[in-house]
Amino acid sequence: MLAIEVGGLRKSYAGVEAVRDLSFVVEEGEVVAVLGPNGAGKTTTVEILEGYRDRDGGDVKVLGFDPAHGGAEYRARIGIVLQGGGFDPFLTVREMLTMYGGYYPAPRAVDEVVELVGLTEKAESRVRTLSGGQQRRLDLGLGLIGDPQLLFLDEPTTGFDPSARRHAWDLVRRMCVLGKTVLLTTHYMEEAQALADRVVVIAAGEKVAEGTPESIGGRATADVVIRFVLPASARVSDLPVAASEEGGRVAVVRTSTPTPVLHELTAWVLGRNEELVGLTVERPSLEDVYLELTGDDRTNDA
Amino acid sequence: MTAVVAATYRQIRWERKLFWRNPASAGFTFAFPLMFLVIFGAIYGNDRVRLAHGTARYAQYYVPAIVAFGVISACYSNLAFSISIRRERGVLKRVRGTPLSPTAYLAGIVGNAVIVSAILTALTIALGLTAYGITLPHRYLGLLVTVALGAICFTACGAAVATFIPNEDSAPAIVNFVLFPLLFISGTFGTISSTSFVGRIAAVFPVRHLVKQLTAVFDPSISGSGISLVHVAVLLAWAVFAIAVAAARFKWEPAQR
Repeated sequence: MLAIEVGGLRKSYAGVEAVRDLSFVVEEGEVVAVLGPNGAGKTTTVEILEGYRDRDGGDVKVLGFDPAHGGAEYRARIGIVLQGGGFDPFLTVREMLTMYGGYYPAPRAVDEVVELVGLTEKAESRVRTLSGGQQRRLDLGLGLIGDPQLLFLDEPTTGFDPSARRHAWDLVRRMCVLGKTVLLTTHYMEEAQALADRVVVIAAGEKVAEGTPESIGGRATADVVIRFVLPASARVSDLPVAASEEGGRVAVVRTSTPTPVLHELTAWVLGRNEELVGLTVERPSLEDVYLELTGDDRTNDA
Repeated sequence: MTAVVAATYRQIRWERKLFWRNPASAGFTFAFPLMFLVIFGAIYGNDRVRLAHGTARYAQYYVPAIVAFGVISACYSNLAFSISIRRERGVLKRVRGTPLSPTAYLAGIVGNAVIVSAILTALTIALGLTAYGITLPHRYLGLLVTVALGAICFTACGAAVATFIPNEDSAPAIVNFVLFPLLFISGTFGTISSTSFVGRIAAVFPVRHLVKQLTAVFDPSISGSGISLVHVAVLLAWAVFAIAVAAARFKWEPAQR
């Protein structure tokens, strides 16, 4: 069953197209990342799905609702984790979760949410005394308090240091264990790779690729790059496979069939009673793919 | 409908908690008008003035002006601040993403302002009765109607002005820039003649009518309920106008930065 269906979505601001003809779907229980550089249209897309913005064209269906006209019934079934802010600084963590829980027909227990987001020790503290990372955890708690079927996470770790980011990822993974459908936006490749079942890459308001983090942009089938330092007595032309030479006598072999090529290379070097020093076998990283997919837009992106 | 009423009731309770959680802010909301009353007493004295039938303390005329000032602070200033600041801090956006009825949320803010107005009115009158020797002319219906009408009109004006405040830093400047000239020309801090140039300008705005209406409610030299249809009509007209402006311009999201 589909949780989100987006077809031909369009949105312009003052004549500038922020989103053009965007289509994708999210299955129930799936974690999907919308990945793209700043200004690619990620937030606009998510805010249309959340019901904050009207669209100019296209079809959008979320949990069977049109978000633009879903009203309270729709909002009771989604959880929104904002890009920070929107706190009542003088309430305690527990009070804020209690207040927001009261807005939903069937909220989660406050204690359970406090524990889930790791704020047990801060439950009685005023929100204004929380650190940045703790506030983001409260953000997540507020997104979960209504026990939503679907959770929207808009750039959940922007501005985090690496350890805070890993902690936040753990929290999001716990959401997945709860069986929630999650739509997250991010401009970090590692984040998409760490969390998402599927990635939708957008640039300049258009979808440029879609797939699992392993396969996106032809990653699974792309050429593998084998590198090693040439043995002292050998030249590139001596190798049993076609190769080129980089600086520092590093041989580079590109192949779509790495298993037989490696087999030939290792047989050859063993026959010479030598070693393939500095041997590496690499596929293009998600980052390489991402930069290639969105590269044109990076230069003219503000 | 009952769900909205229940949600409004809960929201008013949260708003009251939020209000008292910031004692510095809550304290000054009450202290400010009362301080003005004390300062007036010090500046103008509190002589007896001769009326057609008997006499009255001078404070009989500035206590109602301070009641008006209190209602205006609790309603207009409070709403203009809280709505604009919450909008810019993303609180309104967060609330808009929940199933809570927007009506219940806004009614919660208005409800708290009305409660604060009622407390402030009672405190000001109590201080007038105990320290300044004023008399209560027992026009309770007139007092209730006037304070309620003032609260409606000035919460609406606060909500309308909030839509013109571009960011939280500018809120105090804009709120007071609109309010203080009107307070002065409306005779809140000293008598202004209705036939003077300033008095005629003030007559266009609601502050003047709330001050005069409250003064009439407390005036021992007149008979009847003290309610004047002109004052009521002007306050209502401003309420309708302000609600229309607020409704047309209201935004739940921070201005794009």
